[in-house]
Amino acid sequence: MEELERTEVVLLACGSFNPITNMHLRLFELARDHMNSTGKYRVVKGIISPVGDAYKKKGLIPAHHRVTMAELATKTSGWVEVDPWESLQKEWVETVKVLRHHQERLEAGSCHQWQNSPEQEKPSRKRKWAEPRQNSTQKKPLQPNTKAAPQVKLLCGADLLESFGVPNLWKSEDIARILADYGLVCVTRAGSDAQKFIYESDVLWRHRHDIHLVNEWVTNDISSTKIRRALRRGQSIRYLVPDPVQEYIQEHGIYSAESEDRNLGVVLAPLQRNIEEDAS
Amino acid sequence: MARARGRVATAGNVDVPDKMKNRIPVVLLACGSFNPITNMHLRLFEVARDHLHKTGMYQVVEGIISPVNDNYGKKDLVPSHHRVAMVRLALQTSDWIRVDSWESEQVQWMETVKVLRHHQSQLLRSAARMEGLDPDKPPSDLTAAPELKLLCGADILKTFQTPNLWKDSHIQEIVEKFGLVCVSRAGHDPQGYILGSPILSKYRHNIHLAREPVPNEISATYVRRALSQGQSVKYLLPDAVIGYIKDHGLYMTDSSQKGRSTQRNKGKTS
Repeated sequence: MEELERTEVVLLACGSFNPITNMHLRLFELARDHMNSTGKYRVVKGIISPVGDAYKKKGLIPAHHRVTMAELATKTSGWVEVDPWESLQKEWVETVKVLRHHQERLEAGSCHQWQNSPEQEKPSRKRKWAEPRQNSTQKKPLQPNTKAAPQVKLLCGADLLESFGVPNLWKSEDIARILADYGLVCVTRAGSDAQKFIYESDVLWRHRHDIHLVNEWVTNDISSTKIRRALRRGQSIRYLVPDPVQEYIQEHGIYSAESEDRNLGVVLAPLQRNIEEDAS
Repeated sequence: MARARGRVATAGNVDVPDKMKNRIPVVLLACGSFNPITNMHLRLFEVARDHLHKTGMYQVVEGIISPVNDNYGKKDLVPSHHRVAMVRLALQTSDWIRVDSWESEQVQWMETVKVLRHHQSQLLRSAARMEGLDPDKPPSDLTAAPELKLLCGADILKTFQTPNLWKDSHIQEIVEKFGLVCVSRAGHDPQGYILGSPILSKYRHNIHLAREPVPNEISATYVRRALSQGQSVKYLLPDAVIGYIKDHGLYMTDSSQKGRSTQRNKGKTS
């Protein structure tokens, strides 16, 4: 069957996840359904990669909290996991480097046997990636691995796509690399806005076949900014974030007017770096 | 089993009033198909409670979800015992909202105002019982029956305008004797609906308009369609509800049969 001809894909989402919300988690679900339904891809894993503290975004709380919340949020997912590598780096890491890191890890890991069975939702089992699947019912004979490693693609919302237009936020060669070497899976509300944006940008237009647009029919504006605002105002965030995340936030009291002022007046790391590099 | 407290998760150092003694106790009742229940339905309660508490006048003591009777005749309505079971699962982690199956167990469909009357009399009865149990307590407002209010989205407020959908006398009774807590929804103008209706205008002091600060348009209709197409609905409804739907094979087909039309079909939240 065509199962074997499908390209295996890993969806990687980079971002602040400050905090993670049901909307972030929906992105994965929508993207997976979409890519699988094209008949050309099979999504085998999702990775959440929270940004490091060195990103210096206003209101960004310490990475260990954000990583922990994301882990709590993905406990019941059989295919989406959290990878803290990016958050553990001392300096801020460009997105293209994070993609490269994960692609290289996958390629190194593909020396192991890869099983071909489709992913099952196993809420109780969190699979460590790059580990061969311990499935005793598999009777696959050992053979030299001829299977390519899965392709990493950057998963995002329309806001990231549009951020490509912010001066100095991205290096244009990085944008081209992200699209050409990896590809984008972009979940958007109004498909037409994203399409217009792609049309109006030469680099995006050139790589338009590497951009997969996924329609989000359910308007889902659960932005982390609004969550933090609701928390400051004593409003409930239940059912907007997974229960364990809501409990964690409550227990640790991590979001406040003070936390929102972190990095006030500090220049965002990519802006700082790109401006400096242009100057030198 | 550790249960999540239904308390509001607040930022650090936010002043949360804990002296609610002089406030009017309120119970919120939501009627609807809940076919199936979604996170958006659950949000209605949270938003409504926050809003009423903020007025300083009320203390919300309970929430009740009352799934509609099968004889309502709405398209794609799965049997009420399933809908009740799903709501129960969804509320496992809530310590103030509960499901009530009385409406669904009646022989026929009944108007919303009758459901309100039923629950009001239940509340009066238990208040009287509590007073009877403790003769040392002065018969004060400590055991006063809470005010029962109908909780709904702004779209329901709009349906009051639809001819023949609601009896005028019922609309009046709902806003006069009970009260409405109406949570805003995109594309609706609740202020406008109130101003455009003499009955609603007259009792607008008893209609509380709550704004959902985080827009979230999850519709059960969308959820049913996604399920029938084999798409994921994770994070749109509680996991326990999704598990139930899968276990019982619900919503696997988008039924094309028309629901039996009843004379006084009411617009209810989907």
